[in-house]
Amino acid sequence: MRYLPKSDSERREMLDTIGLQAEEDLIAYLPPDVRFDKRLEIENGKSEYDIVDYFKQRGTQNANGYPSFLGAGVYNHYRPVLVDAVVSRGEFLTSYTPYQAEISQGTLTSIFEFQTMVCQLTGMEVANASMYDGSSAVPEAAMMAVRITRRDKVLIARTVHPEYREVLQTYTKHQGIPVEELAYAKRGLLDLDDLKKKLNEEVAAVIIQTPNFFGLLEQVDEISELVSRKGTLLVVVVTEAVALGLIEPPKAADIVAGELQSFAIPPSYGGPYAGIIATREKYIRQIPGRLVGETTDADGHRAFCLTLATREQHIRREKATSNICTNQALIALMATVFMTVYGKEGLRELARQNLAKAHYLAGKLSLAFDGPFFNEFVARTNGKGPDEINSDLAKRKVIGGLPLGRFYPELKDCMLLCATEMNRRQDMDTVAAAFGKN
Amino acid sequence: MIKKVSKHIVQNEPLLFEMSSPGKRGYQLPELDVPNVDAESVLGTQNVRPEIEEFPEVSEVDAIRHFTRLSTWNYAIDLGLYPLGSCTMKYNPRVNEVVARTEGLAWAHPYQSEELSQGCMEVIAALEQALAEITGMDAVTLQPAAGAHGEFTGILMIRALLEKKGNPRKTILVPDSAHGTNPATAMMVGYNVKNIKSNERGMVDLHVLEEVVTEDVAGLMITNPNTVGVFEENIRKICGLMHDKGALVYMDGANMNALVGIARPGDLGVDVMHLNLHKTFSTPHGGGGPGSGAVAVAKVLTPYLPGPRLKREDEMWRWNYDLPDSIGRVRAFYGNFGVLVRALAYIMAHGGNGLRQATLDALLNANYLRALLEPYYELAYKAPSMHECVFSDDRQAQKGVRTGDIAKRLIDYGFHPYTVSFPLIVRGALMIEPTETESKRELDLFADAMISIAKEVEEDPELVLKAPHSTRTRRVDEVTAARKPIVRWKAPQPTASLAAD
Amino acid sequence: MSYPESYKYTKEHEWVHAEGDTGTVGITDHAQHELGDIVFVDLPKVGSQLTKGETLGSVESVKAVSDIYSPVSGEVTAVNELLATSPEKLNEDPHGAAWLVKVKLSSPEEINNLLPVGDYQTYIGA
Repeated sequence: MRYLPKSDSERREMLDTIGLQAEEDLIAYLPPDVRFDKRLEIENGKSEYDIVDYFKQRGTQNANGYPSFLGAGVYNHYRPVLVDAVVSRGEFLTSYTPYQAEISQGTLTSIFEFQTMVCQLTGMEVANASMYDGSSAVPEAAMMAVRITRRDKVLIARTVHPEYREVLQTYTKHQGIPVEELAYAKRGLLDLDDLKKKLNEEVAAVIIQTPNFFGLLEQVDEISELVSRKGTLLVVVVTEAVALGLIEPPKAADIVAGELQSFAIPPSYGGPYAGIIATREKYIRQIPGRLVGETTDADGHRAFCLTLATREQHIRREKATSNICTNQALIALMATVFMTVYGKEGLRELARQNLAKAHYLAGKLSLAFDGPFFNEFVARTNGKGPDEINSDLAKRKVIGGLPLGRFYPELKDCMLLCATEMNRRQDMDTVAAAFGKN
Repeated sequence: MIKKVSKHIVQNEPLLFEMSSPGKRGYQLPELDVPNVDAESVLGTQNVRPEIEEFPEVSEVDAIRHFTRLSTWNYAIDLGLYPLGSCTMKYNPRVNEVVARTEGLAWAHPYQSEELSQGCMEVIAALEQALAEITGMDAVTLQPAAGAHGEFTGILMIRALLEKKGNPRKTILVPDSAHGTNPATAMMVGYNVKNIKSNERGMVDLHVLEEVVTEDVAGLMITNPNTVGVFEENIRKICGLMHDKGALVYMDGANMNALVGIARPGDLGVDVMHLNLHKTFSTPHGGGGPGSGAVAVAKVLTPYLPGPRLKREDEMWRWNYDLPDSIGRVRAFYGNFGVLVRALAYIMAHGGNGLRQATLDALLNANYLRALLEPYYELAYKAPSMHECVFSDDRQAQKGVRTGDIAKRLIDYGFHPYTVSFPLIVRGALMIEPTETESKRELDLFADAMISIAKEVEEDPELVLKAPHSTRTRRVDEVTAARKPIVRWKAPQPTASLAAD
Repeated sequence: MSYPESYKYTKEHEWVHAEGDTGTVGITDHAQHELGDIVFVDLPKVGSQLTKGETLGSVESVKAVSDIYSPVSGEVTAVNELLATSPEKLNEDPHGAAWLVKVKLSSPEEINNLLPVGDYQTYIGA
């Protein structure tokens, strides 16, 4: 078998050294009642060509090359070819967690750059080396706020991604952290009156998202004002990282929990993605996950290493800030290369293009909410429901937006649409036509 | 004599921010085919950021050189053996990378209609089935993103089942040899942790267990084979004992590389376990992740699995959200699909028989190393080793040399260190797991290196204590990094200058 | 390093120096030696109530964390600010400048049950 680099004669030599006759002798000592002596019901090993073909077939059973207007936490953006050129290098792809700093400076240096760029983008002071994804970064941020404030209640806006809110519930259920949802107002933004009503000195964190799930920019500064008066921390969630190329970062946040999938991470039916947690310097010891720090080596040269490990599970065990061990290093590297390729001006231009595309499409439809939005918005349907529109579009090999009824029953006649630099004008015209508009 | 490596390519490569220059670019976007919009008018001036301060600006050439140079500073499986215990650093097959990039799969959006996602759903179904077969369990969820995430999912399910029975109970038992994620996870699910001492063979002590299992105990988290590489021979009795008291058994499957095709945890009484697809199933570590923590359960726990679950209806796959007893979601969407593709490709490449052969080769490699090193290093436990062997640094400690120093000297010989100082029950542990994808030649080179170091400890301990000597970076000052953490680059502050008269 | 005779010690390697109803608390030289290079010290706030035998904070080295158990009960009246900026002082002068907290003793008689210097030194095999 091509991944087993030993010949039978080598196996025999090695068995000789051990003092055994056959490989089966290696498990002879196991009691018979624990051994599995049957054959695994899995087909015989396949050739490389068969494997490639199998997945090619699976690919054709999916939408292939259809333009898509789906966003809702996962975004279609161009992936610069340099990304795969870099992450496919064996030295990055097949390397281990950089616990041995002397032979992992490549990984450590690029993570240090990643942490820096995340801070620059989000307006925060420190950032970790990635979380599993945006959805799990949210409960981790909530748990951080609970540790820091020593309070136990959390408020989360209904305009935060619905699946992220579900994950928060799962995480907090058994940690004595009650979670309450905040309504959104007519304009599609967080209802500040509802916030004022529910906010008090027992609340550890208020969690909002910007742009929110409806694509609208939240009033971060006003919310921060209200929240800080009670000593509560403000957690801001960002699911569309490209937005940060153009919109003011949430500098008023205490913690930013986000998703970097937009940065050259393929949508890949839901994962793997790269979550981030960024915060103020003073909370650095409460941040979960790995951190890379700058230091020197024995000769005085700059070097990097994992640091503040005493927060983590392998040392603190039951008192750890989190149980996270493996993170998303390779995915974070994709994002790092993306950020490098685009750079300061490129990200801005990319964001501007997204703005233009989405506003072109929105201009042809009737919107449910009237606030400023980035590259996503909620469109009202008229007569034809969202599912019917999507069926029509599918016949023309276009994937429409997300029918909102699935998460917001009160908006069941609405669809969440996203347009990025990848969407062409003619496809947007097709969508408008399917809505019955031109 | 060091046989394996000579001097490394050395580069002095600055950070991106230090080579940045305004106006340099590595991208070019297509022209807009729709009218441009003025951001300030559309968003409101206060919402538009003036710039991304200090963000780098480099060209495409700078970028590829920068990352390529950084890559040369890394050790990797493609370069040589990682003898890291319980990490199972095996070859990452390249065909896995190719198939993960299949266009219809890589660009699939999780909210695409089911009609347009049958290919993805088929892959998920196929992998769930293969992993159920391998573990001998009744159902599998592929939602968790990593092992620790899988542990969290598993303990949540245990709690849900016990709550349904009327009493979630209070405590989870964790052997003192367990990986740190185990107790950390138990706390996250609202349980107390009780550590139980291993016996003199490094295994769970049945007598100790009998004494501590009360009706307050919800479950036991066990690793099998355990973290000293030894099969828990009493596993059936352990599961029986726990079940008799109405408690459940969680198995940490990090060491599954020793069991595939040879023993099935489901057959032994385990109720729930996780698998690390980035260990046993060859998906790449990529410098720290991504992983995937598939969780397999016995029938009794299937109602509690995270949703949605796949169901087959009219020749099509559908997502079923109607799961009244489910613990809910542990993450958005369905799982690290890109990692699942790679794991399935690995299973397909080996096939049923092949997987078993891989396991036998893993055991052979570990025992071969154990035989070669036993004369020089103190074997921690005499019980037969499975896929990894554990030594202690007792002999070398007499010369003032500890496991961490030996590990650093190993780097001079061209190898990545083994797992240092874990498990905690072994004093000065050296935990070595070669995996099945190492050739005899690489193992012989490794053994030569370790034997040579053992001799150096006797004759010239300073050489080992000050190692590594040949790396681009000498020993790194982790103490200062922790005392004064600097976790981001900052632009150098302009120094005040005295005004000229 | 010498172990002051006027201090009392615990088997968990803390010391207390009682002056009237105020106790100064620290960790011993043996403890700092075992811990290795100390990178961070986590101490309670002024005003916190301490209970003998319960944790008052922790000490971190690069690879380990150790809890510090309070040898006495009472209210924290002072916390050594020096350790926030220079945790390494705890390695250098654990019996002097790198004291941890000062406590207003609620039960001064607790001191009597602690180990005198000779017993502690025997205990650590000094």
